[in-house]
Amino acid sequence: MSGLHTLTIHEAYDLLRSGEITSRELTQAVLERIEAVEPKVRAYITLTPELAIQQAEEADRLREAGNGSDVLVGIPLAIKDNLCTRGVLTTCASKILQNFVPPYDAHVVERLRRRSAVFVGKTNMDEFAMGSSTENSAFFVTRNPWNLECVPGGSSGGSAAAVAADMCIASLGSDTGGSIRQPAALCGVVGMKPTYGRVSRYGLVAYASSLDQIGPITKDVTDCAILLNAICGKDHRDSTSVDVPVPDFTAALVPEVKGLRIGVPKEFFAQGVAPEVAEAVYRAIRLLEEMGAIAEETSLPYIEYGLACYYILAPAEASSNLARYDGVKYGWRTQELTGHIDMVEKTRGEGFGAEVKQRIMIGTYALSAGYYDAYYLKAQQVRTLIRRDFDRAFEQYDVLITPTSPTVAFRIGEKADDPLAMKLADVCTIPVNIAGLPALALPCGFQDGLPIGLQIIGKPWDEQTILRVAYAYEQATDWHRKKPAL
Amino acid sequence: MAQRLTLEQIAHVARLARLALSEQEMRQMEKHLNNLMAQFERLQELDTTGVEPTAHSFPVYNVFREDVVQPSLPQEEILANAPDQRDGCFTVPIIVEE
Repeated sequence: MSGLHTLTIHEAYDLLRSGEITSRELTQAVLERIEAVEPKVRAYITLTPELAIQQAEEADRLREAGNGSDVLVGIPLAIKDNLCTRGVLTTCASKILQNFVPPYDAHVVERLRRRSAVFVGKTNMDEFAMGSSTENSAFFVTRNPWNLECVPGGSSGGSAAAVAADMCIASLGSDTGGSIRQPAALCGVVGMKPTYGRVSRYGLVAYASSLDQIGPITKDVTDCAILLNAICGKDHRDSTSVDVPVPDFTAALVPEVKGLRIGVPKEFFAQGVAPEVAEAVYRAIRLLEEMGAIAEETSLPYIEYGLACYYILAPAEASSNLARYDGVKYGWRTQELTGHIDMVEKTRGEGFGAEVKQRIMIGTYALSAGYYDAYYLKAQQVRTLIRRDFDRAFEQYDVLITPTSPTVAFRIGEKADDPLAMKLADVCTIPVNIAGLPALALPCGFQDGLPIGLQIIGKPWDEQTILRVAYAYEQATDWHRKKPAL
Repeated sequence: MAQRLTLEQIAHVARLARLALSEQEMRQMEKHLNNLMAQFERLQELDTTGVEPTAHSFPVYNVFREDVVQPSLPQEEILANAPDQRDGCFTVPIIVEE
């Protein structure tokens, strides 16, 4: 059977279960695909082909023994390189962690491993997840499978590109201000940030702890629900993970939106949103209306302060989280040192890239004596205002639909020297992290051969309604079946 | 409050952040930080008197667990990633001179 690498999780599961294919064949197909297209796309920092084959053979043995009924057994997955993988390099795309081999698995990795998934490698990203293009990787830039001159988005650009290029069946990313959804949109795949607290971040290298969330990047909505089932749930090692019931998310996959109330917040269609992108999203909303949903324009007036709010909160938290990189316990240490403080300063000066340094600096300043109230406290108060905007909207609507990214993928280098233009790439996704809400990016069209993604935002803990809307739209369209020519 | 950060202030912040910056990086930082600060000024437009700050979207209070001994990672695995180690300890440059 050829083309196994193009399968989704649920398609592969059907073939594995019926005995038509083995996990070894499936994994081999993915590895051959990687060999063929990875030199062009460069989605992976580390590949673990031998390990993957071993895990696949183990999965096949499980299945033969009658213990392989789980949907994830023997499915080849890719993991973002800021999630700790026991015994496998985890770099965060940073020089400061270029030799770091974690002695333990992140909670989500542990859960996937327990279910006998196969790990093919660790994906490229913006250093410490700070960026929207993977151009901030200390190692290399990942290319968009739809146009190799363009960025894949970021920071989970490698995870999104690997899924879009069929170099894995599905992947995990992390999302602090849009880092799952924006690259998913730019690469034409499905990406979801669950509600803050849904997924334990134990073993996720911390960036901004009040915003970070782990989530799936997949080829379709069904796979998104399958991976959500695998990673959600309370874990005592992340005290912010919340003890709420985890439903079977695949039960939400019903193509039924009759009577569903959709809010269309106008602020998400301003601020530099390309007309083609806005039009594709409006078309998708009209299709949902034809299917029985009721859509209405609404307004969230404080959204325009989202970016400013985020660029205080996230760097402030990052400056604290990244204080641990001091050249003592792990990671890079400078070779030229005259004393302890000198060692720490030089280690950090040499080990961090430009964007990371800038965010550490802005965060340190915002938290420093005399400025805390004016910046950090103020941003937290504005956060409350943004949250209330969403609360009010959700009194009237079941979901909100917006663009995911204001534009399709931009050219490599185009925004690298314009930090503010780069930050605008996340203008539609950042408010969702600020309010801690769940949201999903879904393909809804193309502009000049590059994918456009819409964003469905839901109420806290209501991933199901998002999945239902996404599934209904996906079943009525065939964007998710389009593949880049590589 | 629309004051510009001076190079001197930036050097102070770099010291607080334990970050060695080259002269060129300092100049880039001056430009970048001042651009961002100008963006932040927008927040001052908003009257937030009496608005409670939100630290976490869904704060969880009083997270308890049983105080029982759990297996921990072996010392050699923890030390394996250290740039320098000796006798089961992380090694650092001399902090207090004899």
